[in-house]
Amino acid sequence: MSSMELVVGLIQIVISAALINNFVLHYFVGICPFLGVSRRVDMAFGMGCAVTFVISLAAFLSWTFTYYILRPGAPLPAWVWHAVGGDASVSIDLSVLSYILYIFVIASSVQFVEMYVRKYFPALYKSFGVFLPLITTNCAILFACLEIMKHLQDPTELWSLPQALALALGGGIGFTIAISLMAGLREELDLCDVPKPFKGPGITLIIAGIMAMAFMGFTGMDKGVHAALSSLFQ
Amino acid sequence: MASSEPTALERLVNGILPENPIYRQLLGMCPVLAVTAGMRPAMTMAAATAAVLISANIMISLIRGLLKPHLRILVFTLTIATFVTIADRFLAAFMYQMSKQLGPYVPLIIVNCLIISRCEICASKQGLRIAIADAVGMSLGFTLALASIATVRELLGAGTWFGLPVLAESWWPRWGIMVLPPGAFLALGLLLATAQWFTQRRTANSHK
Repeated sequence: MSSMELVVGLIQIVISAALINNFVLHYFVGICPFLGVSRRVDMAFGMGCAVTFVISLAAFLSWTFTYYILRPGAPLPAWVWHAVGGDASVSIDLSVLSYILYIFVIASSVQFVEMYVRKYFPALYKSFGVFLPLITTNCAILFACLEIMKHLQDPTELWSLPQALALALGGGIGFTIAISLMAGLREELDLCDVPKPFKGPGITLIIAGIMAMAFMGFTGMDKGVHAALSSLFQ
Repeated sequence: MASSEPTALERLVNGILPENPIYRQLLGMCPVLAVTAGMRPAMTMAAATAAVLISANIMISLIRGLLKPHLRILVFTLTIATFVTIADRFLAAFMYQMSKQLGPYVPLIIVNCLIISRCEICASKQGLRIAIADAVGMSLGFTLALASIATVRELLGAGTWFGLPVLAESWWPRWGIMVLPPGAFLALGLLLATAQWFTQRRTANSHK
């Protein structure tokens, strides 16, 4: 594939993960911070940026581990197997360890990011409070790792590292968009007359439903994006 | 001190309605929205979550004396990840179509806040019997919540229940939106509001 086609493919992955198959509004991951997000758009945007960074870091690490160690026919176990004199026709598949490894990688990434932020951005660390460790249980990060694993199962169509990072970045951007929109809407909600049973999570979920309907309008856009980008780079 | 702690039976009943994980505690929303398009995937997910929750509670309760405070969340998460791997492989082996339909949501049980919070609040501090009762109660509550949302979505959206046709095409027009992502948000929001309304009425009546 030419490099232009590669770039078009990457941009397509980013737009698909950010808008068409938005992590929050289409795949329902990352709902807990989405529902509990503060009413301040700048705090929500900061949270989105933190999640984007952690997703990218976790995706990089999990792609590396999955590609070289865990997937069926991975090079490192094959090398070890050969070194101990095993039969060369056997293909080793360690993907049963995937979930444990991914959650370990995510917990370590969050810990690392927390230490880094506490040392170099103490004001930011203070404003995040308890939310930074809670990113570990953010479904969006594990979901990104699982999607990357899904694309590393078929030996004929393996995703490269730039593609995995594009998916992670797109997912993080989509999460940031959704959470910032929700924070802005909740700011306006304070001035509205919400019926008592709906206050809190009830009205937030209904707003999310209408947002999801709006984002459904992006369906089928990826073919048009591909055509537009291809003609642009031609 | 011991008499003020809830007994095993109280914990079991507690988890079903009074402290329902979805309608009261608002934990574990991600799988709830994703798998409730029909009753069959919802019940499969409920069974998988129940299996993981009960197993994790048993294991954590058995090793609670060995937990170091600053590493305990990691230990919980790794234990849950092991049991989820077992559950996922079991589903892939014996119910392959359902496993494909549920997709990435079975491994997402690992980050289901409900299980980690139950391990933290109950299993790491209580004995085996109480931990099991708590897990069973929470699982029943989770199943009840999933069943309610899935019933609403499947009946309104496809006119079937567990795949069996219930509402004929001529009686009820299909609300296609209900089986799509927005319908999940709308159904959960309306059901949450209904639950809140009942609670507020009960509180208002008890004050009179």
